[in-house]
Amino acid sequence: MVDSNKKEEIGMSFMVKTVTRLTAVVILLFGIYIVLHGHISPGGGFAGGLIIALSFVQVMIAFGKDIALRKLSEAKAAVLESVGGLLFLTIAALGFLGGHFLINFFASKGRPFTLFSAGTIPFYNIAIAIKVAVGLFSIFIVLVILKRAKKEE
Amino acid sequence: MLELQLLLLFMISAAIIAVEAKDMISSVIALGTVGIGLCLGFLLLKAPDLAITQLVAEILCLIILIRATLKQDLPLVRDGRWFFNTFSTLCFIVIFLIFVFLALKEISVFGNPEMKIAKEILTGSLDKTGATNFITSVILDFRAYDTLGEATILFAAVIGVAAVMRKIGRNKPRA
Amino acid sequence: MSVYFLCLVLFSIGLYCVLRRRNIIKIIIGISIMEYAVNLFFILIGYRWHGRAPLLSQNQEVLRMVDPIPQELILISIVIGLSVLALLVAIAIKIFDKYNTFDITKIRKLKG
Repeated sequence: MVDSNKKEEIGMSFMVKTVTRLTAVVILLFGIYIVLHGHISPGGGFAGGLIIALSFVQVMIAFGKDIALRKLSEAKAAVLESVGGLLFLTIAALGFLGGHFLINFFASKGRPFTLFSAGTIPFYNIAIAIKVAVGLFSIFIVLVILKRAKKEE
Repeated sequence: MLELQLLLLFMISAAIIAVEAKDMISSVIALGTVGIGLCLGFLLLKAPDLAITQLVAEILCLIILIRATLKQDLPLVRDGRWFFNTFSTLCFIVIFLIFVFLALKEISVFGNPEMKIAKEILTGSLDKTGATNFITSVILDFRAYDTLGEATILFAAVIGVAAVMRKIGRNKPRA
Repeated sequence: MSVYFLCLVLFSIGLYCVLRRRNIIKIIIGISIMEYAVNLFFILIGYRWHGRAPLLSQNQEVLRMVDPIPQELILISIVIGLSVLALLVAIAIKIFDKYNTFDITKIRKLKG
């Protein structure tokens, strides 16, 4: 009886799991909103990336390591972090089309106060958000996994 | 101005609690209080982007620190040179504050910064970049090299944590 | 002026914590307090009386805004500070695994 209870209860209690199931997706969507609207409202790649990382960390704390790693595994995290960095560098190198490195090379910047404006800045925001979110999440994975490995020994 | 001074006094008292508290958990939570006070200060000083980022970073910082402090505490030890060490440290800090007081006379007065570069950014940024959030337009257009450097530092920190935490010599026979 | 001075008093509390405490976690807390004080000092330098946040709104003419450049620097500095703190915590955990203590004086004695 005790053993079967123990097997079910990985992570925190039932109540925390239910609330996490309701709020984690909302927090993730809020992070994506802040990233995409970074050039017309407060926020941007750094704040949005931190919020996205926090939603994954919440899932990991509430449900335990395995379920969180099923959503975003270590190998996928390593690939995504490289993708974020390379995306930034690629957009920066595309600036040679307009003259030099890291230039905002779009000819027309679009109408202000709309989502599709400001040239390359939204793409930079997305790259930075991927980089920050996956970087902090992988730091957290590494800090948690070692504790688990030490317990098993 | 007055609310800013009150907020700073609140942060200073929380910092003193964080330094002097006996057990680690209350110390870490007092550090969180300092961070939340900093977030309120950013809001008062008209920096909403920073307030969002600081709030979220503070929560992650608390999670990481609490994960580290679930070990034992250390009692406060008073060995032979305790008074000498504390006295010399306090002397050093007082000298530091005196020099700070002298140096602050040379800085521009609070509330009237010299905005030579910022004036050009504030007037011409909308035509040049099209972004209406000026911080984003500075961070990703005028000074994008800073962001590139930040990405490098973040990558180095991830690699550093992974290298420090890896298990060395797991299969090696013990000498 | 008094605001600057109070901010640097906060910095010196962190400095005292780093210099005088023997627990590694306390030292990390002191480093965090120093970092917060420096962040706040940068934003205080860029503040302008009755200034607005550096955001444009739809039908706005007035352009009296605070300085955006220190805010940009600190926005990067917060994320860097978080990752550096994670690195410090990782080193502290590793030291605890090896020496079974957080006391820096005992770690020095166990050298070699």
